[in-house]
Amino acid sequence: MSRRFVLALALATASIAPIPSLAADAQSLLEAPWSAIERKARGQTVYWSAWGGDPAINRYIGWVAERLDERYGLDVVHVKVDDIATTISRIVAERAAGNDDAGNVDLLWINGENFAAMKERDLLFGPFARRLPNFSLTAPDDNPEVLTDFTLPTEGYESPWGKAQLTFYYDAERLETPPRNMSELLSWAREHPGRFTYPLVPDFLGTTFLKQVLLSQVEAPSVLAEPASRHDVDAVMAPLWDYLDALHPHLWRQGRHFPSGGPELKRLMGDGELSLAFTFNPAEPAAAVTDHQLPPSTRSYVLEGGTLGNVHFVAIPFNARHKAGAMVLANFLLSPEAQARKLDIDVWGDPSVLDMRRLEAAEREAFEGDRHPASPPPDALQRVLPEPHPSWVEALEAQWQVRYGDS
Amino acid sequence: MPSFVTAIRTAPTVALALLILPVLLGLAGVVAPAFGWHPALGGETWTLAHWQALGNTPGLVDMIRLSLFTGLASALATFGIVALCLATFLETRAFGAIRRLLSPLLAVPHAAAAIGLAFLLTPSGLASRLVSPWLSGWVYPPDYLFPGDSLGLALALGLTLKEIPFLLLMSLAALPQCRAGERLMMARALGYGRINAFLKGVLPALYPLIRLPLYAVIVFATANIEVAMILGPSTPPPLAVAVVRWLGDPDLAMRFQAAAGALLQLGVTAGALLIWWLGERLVSRLAAGWLRDGHRLRGERLGRGIGSLTTWLAIGVLVAALAGLILWSLAGYWPFPEAWPAPLTLHAWQQAATGLGDPLSSTVTIGLAATAIALVLTLGCLEAETHRRRPLGAGAQLILYLPLLVPQVAFLQGLVQWQAQIGLTAGWPAVMLGHALFVLPYTFLSLAESYRRQDPRWRQVAASLGASPANVFLRIRLPMLTAPILVAGAVGFAVSVGQYLPTVLLGGGRLTTLTTEAVNLASGGDRRLTAVYALFQLALPAIGFTLAMTLPRLWWRHRRQMLSGDTA
Amino acid sequence: MSTATLRLEEIVITHDGHPLIEVSASVAPGEVLTLMGPSGVGKSTLLAHVAGFLPLGFRASGHILLGDSDLGCLPPEQRRLGLLFQDPLLFPHLDVGGNLAFGMPAGGSRRQRREEVATALDDIGLAGFAERDPATLSGGQRARVALMRVLLARPRAMLLDEPFSKLDTGLRDEMRRLVFARVHRDGLPTLMVTHDRADAEAAGGPIIEL
Repeated sequence: MSRRFVLALALATASIAPIPSLAADAQSLLEAPWSAIERKARGQTVYWSAWGGDPAINRYIGWVAERLDERYGLDVVHVKVDDIATTISRIVAERAAGNDDAGNVDLLWINGENFAAMKERDLLFGPFARRLPNFSLTAPDDNPEVLTDFTLPTEGYESPWGKAQLTFYYDAERLETPPRNMSELLSWAREHPGRFTYPLVPDFLGTTFLKQVLLSQVEAPSVLAEPASRHDVDAVMAPLWDYLDALHPHLWRQGRHFPSGGPELKRLMGDGELSLAFTFNPAEPAAAVTDHQLPPSTRSYVLEGGTLGNVHFVAIPFNARHKAGAMVLANFLLSPEAQARKLDIDVWGDPSVLDMRRLEAAEREAFEGDRHPASPPPDALQRVLPEPHPSWVEALEAQWQVRYGDS
Repeated sequence: MPSFVTAIRTAPTVALALLILPVLLGLAGVVAPAFGWHPALGGETWTLAHWQALGNTPGLVDMIRLSLFTGLASALATFGIVALCLATFLETRAFGAIRRLLSPLLAVPHAAAAIGLAFLLTPSGLASRLVSPWLSGWVYPPDYLFPGDSLGLALALGLTLKEIPFLLLMSLAALPQCRAGERLMMARALGYGRINAFLKGVLPALYPLIRLPLYAVIVFATANIEVAMILGPSTPPPLAVAVVRWLGDPDLAMRFQAAAGALLQLGVTAGALLIWWLGERLVSRLAAGWLRDGHRLRGERLGRGIGSLTTWLAIGVLVAALAGLILWSLAGYWPFPEAWPAPLTLHAWQQAATGLGDPLSSTVTIGLAATAIALVLTLGCLEAETHRRRPLGAGAQLILYLPLLVPQVAFLQGLVQWQAQIGLTAGWPAVMLGHALFVLPYTFLSLAESYRRQDPRWRQVAASLGASPANVFLRIRLPMLTAPILVAGAVGFAVSVGQYLPTVLLGGGRLTTLTTEAVNLASGGDRRLTAVYALFQLALPAIGFTLAMTLPRLWWRHRRQMLSGDTA
Repeated sequence: MSTATLRLEEIVITHDGHPLIEVSASVAPGEVLTLMGPSGVGKSTLLAHVAGFLPLGFRASGHILLGDSDLGCLPPEQRRLGLLFQDPLLFPHLDVGGNLAFGMPAGGSRRQRREEVATALDDIGLAGFAERDPATLSGGQRARVALMRVLLARPRAMLLDEPFSKLDTGLRDEMRRLVFARVHRDGLPTLMVTHDRADAEAAGGPIIEL
């Protein structure tokens, strides 16, 4: 009895022998015909690290997992993460430990900042995007945004999944005319103290808000497309800090406390603590109204002159153990069926990356529905501002921490 | 069958090993990286750099202050309220009601209680809705910072409310040992009022008996994660939360800092214990005169007033917090300041149903397996006491408390560093063993009294009738102790269901339980869905206790003496 | 049928080094040796020692012999001594039949065992009680079941620890008669501890005053 127990304890604290390297190497996967990849994927278990903070998205991923199980015999496990950076640190640790082909992460839902970091360190597998049959439905040559992430060319190391744009929302019964630009926002906040805030930096949405302010306040926005090292960072960013210094005393909790992220921001709106909030997912307000989280009188809009927007992607780590399965999954995410379901505000409401002109009429129909009153007007989402170069974001976050992080 | 006795005699060794080894290995696994040594992460030189980095962390002083303040304040408040509650109500009719109300609250997982409290007291919470706008004039939620206030008051309050049932039940178990009833009667006969009689006549004898549980409260309160994530401030958070954040930071150097932070947490917790211990010394010196001053009624009315107020307030807040969870789980859009959600909808329950399967099944399987291991070891240890004919020594008793006396974040993190160093896959077995570690002390504490008190003549009669030790154990002792064993199992299961950090760290984030889901959702997410998860998290232990209460009644419905409880 | 003599040879029991009780005695088959004395004198400890349950803190020397076998070398369950306390101690989780069967040596088919239980119950005037909850029995009935449970284990000697002290006066006589009759009939050497002189007189054997 005691020996067996000691063994169990040893298993818990000691090693399971290193996993033997898998036969097919990465290169052959990139050259194999698609049918061979699908065959190879059958029976694999794909660990997909994706932010797990939104139940609607989690349910959508659950639906995806069921479809893949039905059609490809592929077991998809959604590894819910708080911050994808945690997953990346795991991959870095795996490489440090010499684990080059049996990594624990097969697919990552990644943001531009982390994409830049991972690509720079050669932590990604690829280029695989053009190998996915459904990738052509995005019409990449007409829609260059599916080939760029965070101003960096993706070079096929990421596959597009959805679209996002900074969208503001408010309760029309409490607020008649919402602020249309950043200077109106400041004066509005002065008149309505405690009714606006933004998520704690470096939360993705919090950082996005800072970028939006920076874009609106900087004298020459063109400098933001270039690496920060070529410019006097303090001078360029000074107007941003002036703006925030003026704004913070009028924020929710006097700017001494910040919500953790988009979901909490939404909850504060639902509770009536805030009168105005924003999201990076244009369909979120409408979905939240359906979910009873926001009042039925919720309306959304985009600032005049446009807001930041981008495409979000999935990537495969260099050492993923089930690359074939990950590719099959990424391809399914681009299918008209999966994209149309994702767009449905009762499901998630994330805009499609597919180019409607590439779809059959029947497929297109699935994308067309009635516009929910809480959705932004159709033309609003045309005014997309480009992301600043990632180096600015690093500087932004670091300085924010110094100025407000320890409040 | 000598093999039975041999096997039983190894049980204490195995149990103590299960308790000591992970804690020691874990601490060792933290010390090396804290000083730079962790080859898998590229740390191959010994250095103090990570301590410097830790020292330069902005807000570090605030983090330490928060941990110390919330830990000591909540322990002090818990102790004060429990002592006054006992003084006011012991041996009164109301006491039965209080006991019946508080005992089930012990099984409420920390996270669920914290979520309920946050929902209750947040500016748009049930409490402010009830007074708005007719009394407060608030049309919109007021702009105050709670939970998450930078002093940590919300956190201290949450910890206090959750620890009151624990300390009260520990005290109730200890009261007979110090002959509280007789002491109270004696003091009352000498003319002391209820409060004075308890504080002067019973408490000095009771305190040493509840000292260890109280220390466990301090350790938990200075180093907990999930309550702090839900109720504590975030800029900066209490030290333990910061350590967990560093552990998950993409920058690998932060892992070293996390290790140093874990050791610092160990020091902070030890510091809190030291402060408490010095306080004990001071109070016992100051109180020496007071005990002998002969005043019998001084402060009697005030004491009773505070005693009943705090007791009923604590119960009321906990119950309101749980009731709020139910309301939120059924609420449609529920604008401020309406106090009742209308219309009610099952939308959130339906939504939750799709994602609930995995966390529910892992919570149940881990809980059952960890409880089974803990029960087997507990029974083994107690039966071994019978064969050795003496109870566990004081050292062994202390070891039983070890996982509760060392901050989780300190040694669990070390176990994770071992995992990374050795390349072990995180997952179900590791999490389950981790849970067993924290379940074992509770099953032992829960069962030991009944097991030890069982009349030795039962097994003497059985043995003299020719039954072997194994037969006596299996056919006499176990069946006769069905009820307390099931209760110990329910306690263990409840403890496992409530575990957060062992699941997150040893499961490598891959394993979700109701608790991890509830905590994740609570940090942002949808109130309704969070409430559903918290209610599920709460329902599991409740089901466990209900089964533990009803199964014996069902099994023994034709055995009257088994139901009357005088079989021990 | 046992015909062995129970002999206590120079038994000395000490508690924490202090001598508590010293006894040398011989009990013939069918004979009842009564140990009498005030409480605290160690008579129950002596009985516990003979049965193999010497409490912690006590030490004993000397020999306990039953015929040729040295009981001191045997674990309690192999000594085959019938132990009766002042409480009947019927296992509350078993029915009356289960309590009796617990005492019976293993072996035999289910039916044989059931029949043996039925006969035994008949023997003590409790026919048909096999499936009753012991908690529903009267004090006298319980005492009889306890006695029968001991006898069914086929003991080689009996140890009685104040066996009648908790019974009503009327029942007490009846049980004394029943117990001593079985002891005599089965030729069991018997050691009885009591502080009731009437018990000793009813037993009719030698008495040691402690």
